[in-house]
Amino acid sequence: MAYTEDDLEKELATKEYKYGFYTDIESETFPVGLNEDIVRAISKKKEEPEWMTEWRIEAFRYWQTLEEPEWANVHYEKPDFQNISYYSAPSKKPKYDSLDEVDPELLDTFKRLGISIDEQKKLAGVAVDVVMDSVSVTTTFKKTLAEKGIIFCSISEAIKEHPELVKKYIGTVVPKKDNFYAALNSAVFSDGSFCYIPKGVRCPMELSTYFRINQAGTGQFERTLVVADEGSYVSYLEGCTAPSRDENQLHAAVVELIALDDAEIKYSTVQNWYPGNDEGKGGVYNFVTKRGLCEKNAKISWTQVETGSAVTWKYPSCVLKGDNSIGEFYSIAVTNNFQQADTGTKMIHLGKNTKSTIISKGISAGQSQNSYRGLVQINSRAENARNFSQCDSLLMGNKCGAHTFPYIEAKNKSAKVEHEATTSKIGEDQIFYCNQRGIDTEKAIALIVNGFSKEVLNKLPMEFAVEAQKLLEISLEGSVG
Amino acid sequence: MSLKDKLLSSYLTFQENTSFDNSILDIKDQAIKVFETEGFPSKKDENWKYTSLNSVTKPDYSLAATGDDAIEFKDVKQYFLNDIDTFKIVFIDGVYSSYLSETTHDGVDVCLLSSALTKPKFKQVIDVYFNKIAKNESLTALNTAFAKEGAYIYVPKSMAVNKPIQIVHLSTGNEANLMLQPRNLIVAEENAEVQVIERHQSLSSNAVFTNSVTEIYAGKHARVDYYKIQNDKENASLIDNSHIDQQESSEVSVHTFSFGGKLTRNNLNYYQNGEHINSILKGVTIIEDKQHVDHNTLVHHKQPNCESHQDYKGIFDDKSTGVFNGKVVVDAIAQKINAYQSNNNILVSDKASINSKPQLEIFADDVRCSHGCTIGQLDEDALFYMRTRGIGKKEGRALLMYAFANNVLESVKIPQLKARITNLIAEKLGVNIGFDL
Repeated sequence: MAYTEDDLEKELATKEYKYGFYTDIESETFPVGLNEDIVRAISKKKEEPEWMTEWRIEAFRYWQTLEEPEWANVHYEKPDFQNISYYSAPSKKPKYDSLDEVDPELLDTFKRLGISIDEQKKLAGVAVDVVMDSVSVTTTFKKTLAEKGIIFCSISEAIKEHPELVKKYIGTVVPKKDNFYAALNSAVFSDGSFCYIPKGVRCPMELSTYFRINQAGTGQFERTLVVADEGSYVSYLEGCTAPSRDENQLHAAVVELIALDDAEIKYSTVQNWYPGNDEGKGGVYNFVTKRGLCEKNAKISWTQVETGSAVTWKYPSCVLKGDNSIGEFYSIAVTNNFQQADTGTKMIHLGKNTKSTIISKGISAGQSQNSYRGLVQINSRAENARNFSQCDSLLMGNKCGAHTFPYIEAKNKSAKVEHEATTSKIGEDQIFYCNQRGIDTEKAIALIVNGFSKEVLNKLPMEFAVEAQKLLEISLEGSVG
Repeated sequence: MSLKDKLLSSYLTFQENTSFDNSILDIKDQAIKVFETEGFPSKKDENWKYTSLNSVTKPDYSLAATGDDAIEFKDVKQYFLNDIDTFKIVFIDGVYSSYLSETTHDGVDVCLLSSALTKPKFKQVIDVYFNKIAKNESLTALNTAFAKEGAYIYVPKSMAVNKPIQIVHLSTGNEANLMLQPRNLIVAEENAEVQVIERHQSLSSNAVFTNSVTEIYAGKHARVDYYKIQNDKENASLIDNSHIDQQESSEVSVHTFSFGGKLTRNNLNYYQNGEHINSILKGVTIIEDKQHVDHNTLVHHKQPNCESHQDYKGIFDDKSTGVFNGKVVVDAIAQKINAYQSNNNILVSDKASINSKPQLEIFADDVRCSHGCTIGQLDEDALFYMRTRGIGKKEGRALLMYAFANNVLESVKIPQLKARITNLIAEKLGVNIGFDL
């Protein structure tokens, strides 16, 4: 039988969340609720120095004065912040020295996630930091990296062992008072990854963090800080999954990237949090603040594949502070059933000759709502700034929606800004054209969808691109090439 | 006392001095309540993010003026389109000026809203159309509450108005600060056709704040062309709220030429209530000094097989600021929609700025919606090419700007108006091109 667009739609609509298992690992979970004592307790638990505790408390006090923002084009039941546990950690052993010591059950979890640490270690040469229920459980390849002077560890370890670096950079790109969720994260973040690439070093392998929410009733608040010193290069991957649950879980992370002069950071995300069932029940609220700062001649490139979460609300941004710096944003967001995504980017041009590129592809199916929201701001001193934005949306079925909210602000006459957006479905004439050339409908659709998202898929590191394509759950037989 | 308080407290007096029947008074009572709760929009409103009304609402405005009979036609002739025969509806300080106007009741009604609202013979039309298209948001509601005068144009089935209609609002500056709230109602029934040119002009440099509302109804197969010329003095602010209801196979085009004024805000809302509708929104903005022009458009596609075309060009010099906030909404049942939105801008000075926000909200899958937005400069190579051919730098720049704006000018259907606007642009750019485009 010929594979039609309806079939594809059905396939998209009925795809099940294959990462929805729950691992029964004994873990230590804080009582629900949030107050200063909890914040202090988290800090104490992490054996943090005094300045860090104070930093958290300050963020918490500010957070209390804020109200939850409502401007995004998403509708959801607001999380009850007093009904969440802010700390949950697999408790068998606080820290592992090598993979052999890791709880076999935990290892099994990772195997089922398809990110078998062993496998990746061998095949891809990827150094992985795994964060489960907010706590970093394994970091591989540490020694290899250490030889190059690269620091890649959990952020709590970094706070203890490299306080001068953390103190210097944390909160510089996403200040603790930046927004509601950033403030909350600053107060209660339990772990995350820290990465420092020394001057002139090209990181020999992809660094990767894997996030998983396992415990029920917990929120995940991790914090990632990547610092690329002058002339260095790093490619960083991030993946995430969560068990299927009926209640909504909150994930409010903060990612800060700092690219000093001539440095380059490539940050890729495959976000596959549990999206809720096909009636829209459950799923993760993904409210993330991601921002990068580029100094002179630096480059930051964000690539994201968003397939999960009940509600996604995130805008990986670049502050192009240094002259000649470059910001890039490549995104595919797929929503189906009752998922809602409001995502995009901000490109803030401050320096001269700064360039930014935005490519955003949205695919909506089922009854989902997919929004692109982006800001391109050219400040008055940003001579010869250049931006190109393209936002394309593909709609499957007439119950979903695709929305575009670009904000373009130019204050310099030498700015060149282009923005394009289109919304369409797979055209009958496109399929007809392929049919005419002897390509059957199944392959034609695969070809078109692949072509639609290719610009972004191409930007992903190889091993992630494979996973991303799998995630898109779109039959691309014979057309991947 | 803030302007809002002043307006609220003067509402009762205003109401007592009018002779509207109860149905109209009910509408007004409801409207003032809406304004009372909503007040003037602030920058916190997403739709007003880039436009602040603070400086506009600050002066102590007179809310009514007596009009001025001393103005002679020759004094204001330059503000009219004279080379063709037109109907004219002229208001001086918001008061109808019969000797400057030329109205008709012959087949079509081109007259005053005040008489339409009070005379029984118009009641049928007023009941069906007045305040039915306009959405009750704060500024429109404010206008609804206070509106008593404006243009009333009614074109019955299969009639075409044989000459364009000019609506001209003059303000004399007899009052130090004057607030005007004109209200226009334009109804084109099935197969009807009408062309309207609207202009606001102040004759002195005293502050004028105009909060205008226009409702346009286009019946089946009706055609309405509306041209707005906004070339006012540096102390004149204008908020133009237009609400357009289109029925099957109708075509409504609105061209907005914004060349002056302190603050100009155009809220242009199209509602497509039938199939095979075409909506055209075009605008050219050329401003300098500290002027501010904000185009806020909405095209709501509610039925299938329709089109909309938006094309806004802007050239910004000195410290001027431009805003474009366009929104296209496509409902789930509105399949086979072709919506196009384009916004191109040139910044001439380092102090000028532009904020653009072209939005799409789409709920139907079988649509073709696209938007494009650019900010750029004049092509140096093209300028150099012209200079090698002996065209001066200034003229070369002007030529390029003409070419830039020409897309919009092209679709102006009244040749004399097109010539007039071309002249205005030439004047604006300070050059004499020497030929018509």
